[in-house]
Amino acid sequence: MAADEITRGTNRRTLLKGAAAIGAVAAGSQLLPGAARFAQAQSSAPIKVGFQVHRTGIGAAYGRWYDRTTKAAAKLINENGGINGRPVEIIAEDDGTDPKRGAEVIEKFANKHECDVAFGTLFSHVVIGSAPRAGELKLPYFVVSEGHHVASGMLNRYTLQPGITDVKSQVQSMAPWVADNLGKKVTMIYPDFAFGHDHRDYFSEAIERQGGNVIAKIAVPPRETSFFKYLPKIPKDTEVLYHVMVGPGVLTFVKEMGEYFGDDRPEIFGFIDSLEAVDIASPGLEFLEGSHFWEGYPRYAGPNQSEHDKFYRAAVGVDDNGASLSDPKDISTYAHMFGCWETLHILKAGMEAADYKGPKDRQALIEAVENMDVFPESQAHPQGSKLFNGRTHQAFAHQHISKVEGGKLVPVHKTSIFDTYYEDEVDYTKMSF
Amino acid sequence: MDFLSYLPFDLPHPALLLAGVLEGTVLAAVLALTALGLSIVFGIMRVVNVAHGEFYMLGAVLAWFVTTWVAAVTGGPPWLGFAVALVIAPLVVGAIAAATDWLVLKRLNYDPEATIVATIGILYIIQQLALTFYGPYARPVEAPFDFRVATPYFGYSGYKLVVVGAAIALMLVVWLVLTRTRIGLVMRATQYDRETAQAFGIPVDKVYAGVFALGAGLAAIGAVLIVPIRQADYLMGGDPLLLSFIVVILGGLGSLRGTLVAALFIGLADGLISTIYDATLAKILATLLVAMVLVFRPQGLFGARAA
Amino acid sequence: MIKSILLHGAVIALLIVLEPVLSEYHHGNLARILVLATYAVGYNILFGYTGLLSLGHAMFFAAGMYGCALMVRLAEWSVGPAFLFGVVCALVAGLVVGMLALRTIGVGFMIVTLMFAEAAHLTIAYYNEYTRGDEGFTIPQAVRTVAGLDLSDTTTRYFAALVLFSVCLIGSAALVQSRAGRVLVAIRENEDRVRMLGFNPFRYKLLALVLSAVMAGAAGAAYAVLFGYAGSTFASVQYSIFPLLWVLLGGPGTTLGPLLGTVLMFYLVDYASGTVMPGLAAFVEGSFGIEAPGLASAYLLLVGIALVLLVLFAPRGVLGVVRARVMPWLP
Repeated sequence: MAADEITRGTNRRTLLKGAAAIGAVAAGSQLLPGAARFAQAQSSAPIKVGFQVHRTGIGAAYGRWYDRTTKAAAKLINENGGINGRPVEIIAEDDGTDPKRGAEVIEKFANKHECDVAFGTLFSHVVIGSAPRAGELKLPYFVVSEGHHVASGMLNRYTLQPGITDVKSQVQSMAPWVADNLGKKVTMIYPDFAFGHDHRDYFSEAIERQGGNVIAKIAVPPRETSFFKYLPKIPKDTEVLYHVMVGPGVLTFVKEMGEYFGDDRPEIFGFIDSLEAVDIASPGLEFLEGSHFWEGYPRYAGPNQSEHDKFYRAAVGVDDNGASLSDPKDISTYAHMFGCWETLHILKAGMEAADYKGPKDRQALIEAVENMDVFPESQAHPQGSKLFNGRTHQAFAHQHISKVEGGKLVPVHKTSIFDTYYEDEVDYTKMSF
Repeated sequence: MDFLSYLPFDLPHPALLLAGVLEGTVLAAVLALTALGLSIVFGIMRVVNVAHGEFYMLGAVLAWFVTTWVAAVTGGPPWLGFAVALVIAPLVVGAIAAATDWLVLKRLNYDPEATIVATIGILYIIQQLALTFYGPYARPVEAPFDFRVATPYFGYSGYKLVVVGAAIALMLVVWLVLTRTRIGLVMRATQYDRETAQAFGIPVDKVYAGVFALGAGLAAIGAVLIVPIRQADYLMGGDPLLLSFIVVILGGLGSLRGTLVAALFIGLADGLISTIYDATLAKILATLLVAMVLVFRPQGLFGARAA
Repeated sequence: MIKSILLHGAVIALLIVLEPVLSEYHHGNLARILVLATYAVGYNILFGYTGLLSLGHAMFFAAGMYGCALMVRLAEWSVGPAFLFGVVCALVAGLVVGMLALRTIGVGFMIVTLMFAEAAHLTIAYYNEYTRGDEGFTIPQAVRTVAGLDLSDTTTRYFAALVLFSVCLIGSAALVQSRAGRVLVAIRENEDRVRMLGFNPFRYKLLALVLSAVMAGAAGAAYAVLFGYAGSTFASVQYSIFPLLWVLLGGPGTTLGPLLGTVLMFYLVDYASGTVMPGLAAFVEGSFGIEAPGLASAYLLLVGIALVLLVLFAPRGVLGVVRARVMPWLP
């Protein structure tokens, strides 16, 4: 107990220091226009970024938007003078949402394309299958996966996740608000594989700390296409139904929930993963009115939209409803894809701090990123300020809770970064290169 | 009722049982719809069409295109686009299937192994063309009409019950065509003995192309009916493919009655076992159960023992 | 027989000679291909020589992979014994599945193997606590050593894969040229006649299936220790279809077909996804002003077209054609 308090105390101090730094750095960054560095370019050979992307397989809908966001970020960086005066070249390869192909693609980046770093990809199994090869090839591997695999210590010194919070942070930061506003008796429904189990375990712990408890845990088998038969397992005294689902069946899942409950439903709290790339105004989703969602980054531009969000949306080609500017039916994966944009900007900052010249400076790049602690809200970080823990290679950020009102998601709560923090489970900086 | 306490599991709550039966029946209908075409192709041509699931996927994707287009052009109600899709999707998919038969399968002389490989290739081609022109998204198609049926425990989609009815009707029609019409007679004659049928002046090539197109068209009709309770996405062909194969084999080669019984068996096994056991464990048990039936009754439930 | 020994010796010698010559990229690819080709060699014994088409071989690959990786992860065995344990797991799985599935024939066999594999895949998900299910787990670089050799070192990995492949290749070549091998081929051609000649086809089919499963399992265990990852994706249907495609492409019923098929398919996918399709998409965008993100990713389209053309014009695979036209003695 006492030891626990001390670590929490330390974390809080680190955080407060970081929070103060955010202000200072934000002010300082205004003084450094990107073009100033452009003149000193020594080599104009491009910096090659191997981009591992889900173009086929079950991750394809995410992949398409990760691709668009990455291209937009690279374009912006190049317009502002590139990295150390060198242009960025994105070399995209399809990983097929498959861990074997993912590992092969990493080898291709390192040995064929001679990339400086590898970057990208969402699905955890691809990251975990690829990371050992990245480590062995000593290729810095920046992932945008939201899995807890990086901070859990399972991977290696070359794998980092500085652009998006992980599932453990996301889930635990929801518990205080859910307990205070929706209820304390929670039923969870989640996919019966590692991602769902992370939700189950981290949320159960977190809600218990708030004096609540999970009264039923309903796991849905992988690749299930109909979900109705699991719904009667929801106990009658459920105050809050917590749902998270991924894959092409998500809309069916949410629709069947609506059919099941009709007007008489408990409070519903979901992760937007259940409806990522799906229109909230789809027929059959009317019952979601008044329910709540976690969002990594609010999909709908509200009245409090920041200038950075405005800029980011326009650059990526997303309208105020989170859909493609060219096709309003093409809904983005807004809650996740910002991670690509922010990670590329961190890569730029890291390479400039390390004075990166070529593959021999890869270690210096890793160390430079490990030394970062604060990413202030800016054009490079439109989702908001972040703290980065160099020891665990993981970023921590504000999370959002939105309410469905009039078929749109309206932000109602923004967590503090502290809500997402947890004790270190690894210190990668102590591992050798 | 004391003896119930000796059961190796707790009796599920009636709400669970009801959901299990309802969902099991709907799954059976879905399986029957997807397996129907496969059963005919398999039964008559003895061809294992691995691309069958892709014809189903094409039907669903076409339903999305057609309903979206009709809604945009006429601004009409959902049932209008749905009705148009119900006509167009099977025709287009059937035509594609007939072309496939003529371009590829016929040239392979319907050799079993070669057909499997060729249809794996066709599976990839169709799937990737869908990815190219339709994209990686799962998109919804609105049901032509929907109403919520209230049970004592929960609400249920009325359209799902309509799908069950449609599946029964469609099976009945196919059964009537096969047993009561000249076309059906020709098909059965071809199934019975290809060479003799040819000798009697039956254009076996055309019958085969027609049967292949019919099988694909039925998959497409099934897909149009089912897509409002699922979504259309380019990978959706995999699931019905496996399950409908299982249904066809379990039911027995070329037996429509067997297909129906097997669909019910698998649907209800899946629905009910998952109310008793942990869902993933239930899937494992249901899968092993069906495998064991096949191991100990290789000819299927209703098939004659294969030569 | 001499010719056959010379041929296989030459192929293995070529693979040894290639090691220092190949560029880093192809070197890495070939190490992985050799592991996968081992899987295909095993598959070929059952499919190519015995004529049994299994759609569930991923369960044997996964039995080897998990048998090995879980022992390293949970029991902290060193990788040598763990590898052997993985092979034993695959052997047991092959025996059990074989006893049951071989009661069926033809499409029934395909479906039954498919369903056992599906049950195995779900079982891995069900015991998520130990397996981490679909997400899988890594095997740390530090423990991936055997007799002091670091298996994550590129050269060591290459030779480890080559040794495994060579053992299985020579084993399969010896088998198919033995009396038992000739019985297997006879079963493929006409099982009834084999029975009439007084053989028990079931026992020979079981032998073929178990050997096939052992090689698949050895490949799975090798993948885990050489590439440091185990995950349930490797137990999915797709990974049962892969060896079928490799064998069909290279030539079912030829000893070297599996290797050739695996190499060709790897580079077809690699070239199509990395070069051809993105190039085509860029061309369409440049010439017609149509953005075609789907086209860039549709490399499996080329794989599909290749399969259809193959089956139309070279149904016995590349080496099947060679055997029919040039080298009738090809084993």
